[in-house]
Amino acid sequence: MRLSKASIAIAAAGVIAGAAWAETARADYDSYTVPNLVYRTGAYAPNGIPLANGFIDYFNMLNERDGGVEGIKVDVVECETGYNTKVSVECYENLKNEGQSGALVFNPHSTGVTYALIPKASEDKIPILSMGYGRTSAADGTVFPYIFNFPATYWSQASAFVKYVGEKEGGMENLKGKKIALVFHNSAYGKEPIKTLETLGAKYGFELMLLPVDHPGQEQKATWLQVRRGKPDWIFMWGWGVMNQVAIKEAAAIRFPMDKFIGVWWSGSENDVAPAGPAANGYLAGTMHAPGSNFKALEEIKTHVYAKGNGAGEEARVGEVLYNRGMLEAIFTAEAMRNAIKIHGTKDIRGEHVRDGFEAIDLKEADFDRLGLKNFMKPIKITCENHEGDGPIAIQQWDAAAGKWNIVSEWIEPMHDVVRALVKEDAAAYAKENNITPRSCS
Amino acid sequence: MLYRETGQFKRNYAADQQLFPIFQDKILLAAILVVALAIIPFVINDYWSKAILLPFMVYALVALGLNILVGYCGQISLGTGGFMAVGAYSSYKLCTAFPELNLIFVILFSGGCTAAVGVLFGLPSLRIKGFYLAVATLAAQFFLIWMFNKVPWFYNYEMSQITAPPREVFGFLVSGPQAEPAAQYLFVLGFIIVFTWIALNLVRGRVGRSWMSIRDMDIAAELLGIRPLQTKLLAFAVSSFYIGMGGAIIFHIWLGTVEATEAFDILQSFFVLFAIIIGGLGSVLGSFLGAAFMALMPVGLKVVLVDWIGMVPVTAKHIEFMLVGSLIIFFLIKEPHGLARMWQIAKEKLRLWPFPY
Repeated sequence: MRLSKASIAIAAAGVIAGAAWAETARADYDSYTVPNLVYRTGAYAPNGIPLANGFIDYFNMLNERDGGVEGIKVDVVECETGYNTKVSVECYENLKNEGQSGALVFNPHSTGVTYALIPKASEDKIPILSMGYGRTSAADGTVFPYIFNFPATYWSQASAFVKYVGEKEGGMENLKGKKIALVFHNSAYGKEPIKTLETLGAKYGFELMLLPVDHPGQEQKATWLQVRRGKPDWIFMWGWGVMNQVAIKEAAAIRFPMDKFIGVWWSGSENDVAPAGPAANGYLAGTMHAPGSNFKALEEIKTHVYAKGNGAGEEARVGEVLYNRGMLEAIFTAEAMRNAIKIHGTKDIRGEHVRDGFEAIDLKEADFDRLGLKNFMKPIKITCENHEGDGPIAIQQWDAAAGKWNIVSEWIEPMHDVVRALVKEDAAAYAKENNITPRSCS
Repeated sequence: MLYRETGQFKRNYAADQQLFPIFQDKILLAAILVVALAIIPFVINDYWSKAILLPFMVYALVALGLNILVGYCGQISLGTGGFMAVGAYSSYKLCTAFPELNLIFVILFSGGCTAAVGVLFGLPSLRIKGFYLAVATLAAQFFLIWMFNKVPWFYNYEMSQITAPPREVFGFLVSGPQAEPAAQYLFVLGFIIVFTWIALNLVRGRVGRSWMSIRDMDIAAELLGIRPLQTKLLAFAVSSFYIGMGGAIIFHIWLGTVEATEAFDILQSFFVLFAIIIGGLGSVLGSFLGAAFMALMPVGLKVVLVDWIGMVPVTAKHIEFMLVGSLIIFFLIKEPHGLARMWQIAKEKLRLWPFPY
């Protein structure tokens, strides 16, 4: 035991010496480090690639156009995880002290990995941006000060889907006696909405049918046989990677009406519907932002990055749903960095400062205009307690003939009354289990 | 010359029967222990702990367990991932049901639970052999993972992803995010040292010899009076005990959170099986060498290709897949008995060096 005490002392001495050195060395940064955990290999690569491309292209555009964020270049360091938790932990440890700024934010791009990194990142004071995925109860900023999952959580999204279905059925009271099937990736990710849907099922009287699909989801014959037998009125899907394509093809094969099949926003990209061809026409999916390439920010990426031959992917795929989403992650990150610089009055920011920057995110219509994203998404405001935002969610529909997604619904407000209570309850349980005292936000 | 035991006389039975009878081996072992116990704890950081040393040590422990079953007793098993999951989930249940229980006992008891499950799934080994047994244990893999994902009792009716609560051992935090890397490392190292010592003694004693006789020819062994039921089930029990402890350590110390379908899937079973085949079947040293090869080679390649050469990470990943694959083929062609055999040959050479004949 003496050994480890001495080792802690030495480690502490090292940290102090290191900090003193860092203090003198980081008088002015040459670059900011923004790591990105990506998967361009494996069963989830079809979705992982556009997501990663959008992220890195946006920062490259900022570097070209503005010389980075507030004049300091942003170094996006990718680490290939293959959607694997163990590799992601290695990536995290490898990159957290990278560069002069250290990692300013982590994007795990997997709910499982987010779960694994939450305790450690909170300890290392590095914010995690799990944009629209990850642990739902992390929306409670008092218990999870370093974790952000705006613009909406899975629970909010599930409640918005139920609202949409209610509207289509001609009123929430008509949900009584209806049957909704949930086809989900059999993992922490896919199981996220179950609790909410069960609560809502009890409230509105619809029956919930659970259909798990095991990783990686290439084999779903049995699942869709159950759909045929169970005859649900609506299907929700929480899928990712190859699973999405297979599910949509299977649904088409049993002639399930596509306009009653709603995917989570991770099951609604071009890659997911393309393999089913014309049969996928009418398939619905949630979304947090508008599809398409008709935005000034994307034009700028094309002029500053692709025209110079520095694009991460093919130019034709700029503007795909997941590309736009990767870009949105980068935009929020860059905005948080700008906020952090403003709040703390220094360009020498670290992860904990960017955390404050995320909590100061307050993007209005005018801000989206400034970012070149007019009508891209709804205004968003993050606070110390609320790391989820108020996240209105839209439903988009696939037009197979035109080969594009169109938003077909109003922006639906999630049922905050139901969801927030569940979030509070779950966050409190986490705090108790891990001896966390929730911080005060007032 | 360097490795010559000439002149090292044994004057009593105790000296003759010691674990490391050769003086040079003792020096080497002492050097390794000094580095592991007296140097690494002072220089270790999060990266070395979480990305290199913990994976290596955990997989060494698991590979040692599987080697007892496959290498020493000759019973092929593809259920390793499932048994690791049993260790992880039983340790989760134990430490949430009895928060006061010391983590050392939690890990030992979860090894015990896994041993019981291992015996259960080892029962078919009496009737079926070889590849057929591999298929039976494969069923264990799929059944166990399915069960841990399906039955909410195992994850306390919360998220199916279980999270390790912080725990102290002798006043030092060893699990949870605040744990010092040195404390975690020494905690796991303690298990490695004790259980390697136990394994070394097991495999050279009566029990190990009966395992090996079953492996080499079970009918002959039976005629010699070795009871196949007890022997095979004991091998399953001991093997699963090690594997279960490994699973518990992965959960508590290394990752801190696991999900059965992801952390302990079928690929883990293959991973550990490859480790012992490359390291050397029927060799304790081979388990360590194989674990080092399988766990550290990808990290090492990544460091070289991405951090030093500056390759794009995804290209590096593809090259890593190809390189690791071809290295496995290379080693298996070059030395089918594994890295442990290579080390043995190297020792033979060192014995004659610099005057080979």
